[in-house]
Amino acid sequence: MIEARKLVRRFGEREALKGVDFEAWAGELVAVIGPNGAGKTTLLSILAGIAKASSGEVHVPAGEVGWVPQQAALYRRLTVEENLLLFARLEKHPDPAASVKEMLELTGLAERRGEIVARLSGGNQQRINIAIGLLARPSALLLDEPSVGLDPRQRARLWEFVSALAETRGTTVIFSTHDIQEAERYGRRLLVLADGEALFDGSAGALREAVRREAPEAADSDFETAFVAFLHHRGH
Amino acid sequence: MRWLLLKDLQILRRSPLQAALLVAYPILIAVLVGFAISRSPEKPRVALLNEIPSDSRVTVGRSQLPKIGVNDRICARVECVQAGSRAEAEDEVRSGDVLAALILPADLVDRINSLSTPFPKTPAVEVIVNEDDPVKARLVDDRIEALLAQANLVIARRIATEGGRFLGLVLNGGDVHVLGQTIEILGLRNTGRILEKVRPALPPGELRHSVDRMIRFTALARNNLDTAAPLLTRLTQPIAVRKQSVSGSSPPLETFAIAVAATFTLAFVVVLLVAGSLALEREENAFPRLTRGLISRSELLTEKVALGVIAGLAVTVLMLAGLAVFVPLHWSRFGLWLLAILAGGAALGAAGAALGAAAREVRAVSLLAFMITLPVAFLSLIPSGTLGSGLQDAVDVITALFPFKPALDAMESALDPAGPGLGTALIHLAILIGAYGLLARFALRRFATT
Repeated sequence: MIEARKLVRRFGEREALKGVDFEAWAGELVAVIGPNGAGKTTLLSILAGIAKASSGEVHVPAGEVGWVPQQAALYRRLTVEENLLLFARLEKHPDPAASVKEMLELTGLAERRGEIVARLSGGNQQRINIAIGLLARPSALLLDEPSVGLDPRQRARLWEFVSALAETRGTTVIFSTHDIQEAERYGRRLLVLADGEALFDGSAGALREAVRREAPEAADSDFETAFVAFLHHRGH
Repeated sequence: MRWLLLKDLQILRRSPLQAALLVAYPILIAVLVGFAISRSPEKPRVALLNEIPSDSRVTVGRSQLPKIGVNDRICARVECVQAGSRAEAEDEVRSGDVLAALILPADLVDRINSLSTPFPKTPAVEVIVNEDDPVKARLVDDRIEALLAQANLVIARRIATEGGRFLGLVLNGGDVHVLGQTIEILGLRNTGRILEKVRPALPPGELRHSVDRMIRFTALARNNLDTAAPLLTRLTQPIAVRKQSVSGSSPPLETFAIAVAATFTLAFVVVLLVAGSLALEREENAFPRLTRGLISRSELLTEKVALGVIAGLAVTVLMLAGLAVFVPLHWSRFGLWLLAILAGGAALGAAGAALGAAAREVRAVSLLAFMITLPVAFLSLIPSGTLGSGLQDAVDVITALFPFKPALDAMESALDPAGPGLGTALIHLAILIGAYGLLARFALRRFATT
């Protein structure tokens, strides 16, 4: 379980997070959504241990959180296999070659293992990016806008892969996204952040209900329009 | 850490053009700088037209001085290009093949010989220069003046020696050979002795008084002429130079040039590689992932410095081995070379890491590294005492803050058997390794948050 209590993160005078409470359970797929500057990346960075909170508490399983940054953190001049092997060795896997083989099969990139990463599509690079995040065999995986720059087909393959992680391995997956339809489709739970505040935490259906109560004029609109109306009603 | 090092070497191997440039460019600069230093106006090319008849001799009085060897003396100080005629000499200068032409006219010796006659003529040599380049013109003026000063000194010494010999004859007597005949010179000393022997036989009176005056004259003349001979010799070079070095002996020019070339190579390879590879971690977004528990920031810095030192060591040793074909190097001091390269490389690597942590992109950091390393390296080559005191102090401070100068000092000491010990340079480098290491470590905090 991942748990955060009253998380505050300040950058000088500005508060990027204002006392956010959050938890995620094993096998959950949680989408963190919100406008630009809402604090999505900041929250994920703190959960991943990349950044420190100014105050508040974070409880994450020690060494069991995989981190997949927004932009692929890969060495583009190395091959797919060399990238995986490097991080497997740095993770001190007892049998790095076996771990690499497993990840190549999981990501469906076994046949392209010898290709230089720079020559792969953005979608395939993102799959390696995620595979590296999974090398530590984490019980939780944090993905910061993983589908940015991918075409619809690549997105579909990515979400199929990520969903399978949660369903078959019981991995807790927390991802941030700007794509509201994507969050509705793949997120089992949505955390809505705006200006550092957590405005909503629940399922997509529950968010629809909240819109119906607070902004009935947008209740029957598409999910994105309803979401914008919800934010507007909450003063954002 | 070794896996990261292996990764960086793999990336270098995957970029052969960049790797080749990284090695070739510093070596090119190093060789050019070394060449410029070792070939600087030490032996300029000068066309020489010697029209003096080979049997001409400078004479003093009726004595002929031994052959001076004008050609050899001139050509020892400049690189001579023998010209067959005045036109040829002028063409050489006009084409820029030589810096100047020096013409020794046929009557030069006759004119020198006329100096000891009642009708002296001024001896003169002719210099042809191409003054379209003011730097070159000044260089030629200085060089020709130095050559003439040396020639005048040689002639003056010979004349002084001959003059001293004649004075000796006047003082002590002896034989002089003139036109195949030997003439005996009595000399003042013998004259005085004869007069002293004759004096007792003379009756008191005017004649004896006159002999007494002659005896006093010979004694007085002898005493004064005794001091004239050394005075004559000293006139040729009245002020002697006593050189005392307060900071050990300077290395031979070739050794210094090699030390400069090696340090240039080491500096550029290490600084650019360390700064670039560290910036690459950020450009590839790998830094947060790596420092999230896989490797500490200090380990990352150490790996980058190690990468730079390994590459710098390999390239510098190869370059030294290549130069050793042309210039004799003391391979027995190889251990000291390694020590100097490792210490210099580590300090330059630490400086490169500090630079690498200060920029976002590899290109930006490469430009920054280049913009800092090149001027600092050139500042380090300015000889002390050639600038005003304030400016010199500023240059000293700047060059002391960057590892190039101490790395150069270490390399000089390692290459030159007669040079000072490595100790001071190594201590300086150790301080810079610590300082730049801390700076880089601090800069990495910014690296992570921006």
